[in-house]
Amino acid sequence: MPRLRLTGRGLWITVLIVPPLAFVALFIVYPIISAFAYAFFEWKGMARGQFVGFDNFYKVLFAPPYASYTWNAFRNNVMVFFALMVLQNGVGFLLAYCLWRGLPGARFHRIAVFLPVVLSTIIVGYMFKLFYHPLFGVVNISLKSVGLGALAQPWLGQDTTALWSLVVANAWHMVGFPALVFLAGMQRIPGEILDAVRMETESEWVKISKVVWPLVAPSATVVFVLLFVGAFNWFEIPYVMAGLDGSPYGSTDVLGLLFYRTAFGTVSSSTQNFGMGSALAVLIFLFIAAVASVITVKLRAREIEL
Amino acid sequence: MSAAVEHYGDRRGLLGTLGRDGLIQIILIANTVIMLAPIVIMVFAAFKTSAQIYQHPFALPDFTHVENIVKIWTETNFLRYLLNSVFVTGTSITLVLALGTMAAYAIARYEFWGAGFILMFFLAGLTLPLKLAIIPLFILMRDLGALNTPFSLILVYVAMGLPTTVFIMTGFIRTLPSELEDAARMDGASEARIMWSIMLPLVRPAMVIAGIQNLVPIWNDFFFPLIFIQNDNLKTLPQGLTTFMGEYNSNWGVLFAGLTLSAAPIVLLYIILSRQFINGMTSGAVK
Repeated sequence: MPRLRLTGRGLWITVLIVPPLAFVALFIVYPIISAFAYAFFEWKGMARGQFVGFDNFYKVLFAPPYASYTWNAFRNNVMVFFALMVLQNGVGFLLAYCLWRGLPGARFHRIAVFLPVVLSTIIVGYMFKLFYHPLFGVVNISLKSVGLGALAQPWLGQDTTALWSLVVANAWHMVGFPALVFLAGMQRIPGEILDAVRMETESEWVKISKVVWPLVAPSATVVFVLLFVGAFNWFEIPYVMAGLDGSPYGSTDVLGLLFYRTAFGTVSSSTQNFGMGSALAVLIFLFIAAVASVITVKLRAREIEL
Repeated sequence: MSAAVEHYGDRRGLLGTLGRDGLIQIILIANTVIMLAPIVIMVFAAFKTSAQIYQHPFALPDFTHVENIVKIWTETNFLRYLLNSVFVTGTSITLVLALGTMAAYAIARYEFWGAGFILMFFLAGLTLPLKLAIIPLFILMRDLGALNTPFSLILVYVAMGLPTTVFIMTGFIRTLPSELEDAARMDGASEARIMWSIMLPLVRPAMVIAGIQNLVPIWNDFFFPLIFIQNDNLKTLPQGLTTFMGEYNSNWGVLFAGLTLSAAPIVLLYIILSRQFINGMTSGAVK
């Protein structure tokens, strides 16, 4: 490769690199750094007031009534993460394993499982909201038509089922992503390894747990980290299906909704608080960054170079 | 996978394989039904009256009953939202590809001080959830006078799309051979000319991948318009959807028609280009 010696070439590189850098600096780096700064100030509407130290952080974490909202939302995020881990990544792995055998029709199944992934979350959310409708929704109508009418219930209207109903909608929407990332990982396993395994054992379980699972570790790392980041940023599905307040009774409230309500207010109570909103954003951000780094390092450690 | 069968020579093993493959086939078919059924029910419902939806949600509709779709097309701002989405997405992707390729080309083809650091700088933006910086972004857009204009969205989408685009393009441009480039340089071609006439035609496949990877999240984004756009005539499709879902909340036929029409563009595109979509959307995650 040529060394940088001509001033003309230096200028040319500058022309290439500066505009894209400026975009990232101005619209990603600067806002993220600012969010940290904003959290230490009192805000009156959109005007920055005086420096208040860790006051905003204290309020959202420990002062009533905000603290109870924050911890409730956090608990829901944690449950959503674990539920999606099973229902989205777990099922995704199973589907990938099935697709990997390349049986007749596998191509079609592959296209079908990924179809919902391209849909807007808003469309998915509204669609499932209509499906879950207590009287006219297709879920309850189906249950009644197969004689399970006793199980029909207001899925989104009661706090025992609301959050899980949203999780199911999310898993339906996104399961194709982990499935195809895992599938790509499996397809990179060398044939000789698989032949060697076939000589040793006939047990499908041994094959999955001792060979396939360790060898798709890089796919698992990516899929787990992305799910973690997504679960703690969760916003659109609960916003569309349960509303800004996380109804009923805050059972579907998550940090994303709470952050939006705190920062921009709601229709019913239009109090916007940029200081506390920023504090929440910073806490969520640090939590995601810290845990995602730990997960990445831990999972990378078990990846094997082929 | 035919090799799998060969290794199970004895009869019991063969039956076991067939049984296993049967089970796998059943799982796949069941899953495909679950994946497609909601979409089919939605499309069918777009052609039904509310009463028909309540009574026979699974029945085949009369596809000549297009009243719901006409209603969405004529009585709502649907067409406006659609055009806004096309404009915002098209402009953003063009800019992302142009800027992303510029940065990637410089990083991949030239040796200069700080190149590694600049690549790291772009990659740092890869998983950062930009949603959490929405308050400063909101104030920044207000100061730029971009609130309530499509530019607020375009600026954010371009910045958001650059990290993955630079990542994909740098990886690809590095693999291109340097002979052509060197020959052109001997002949006295300028650096700009080498990039434009010789290298760019070669990177088109990677641009398709990067373009699709940006297309889906930008086309489907709801969060940034929710914050930046208030004017109904500037709303994008996902955001506009929330408007007419509220207006027609008792007429289910119209609601499903709205959902179907909103889903149609990207679903049709996906059906035509499914391979590119799958490659594009998983390429960031697959090494």
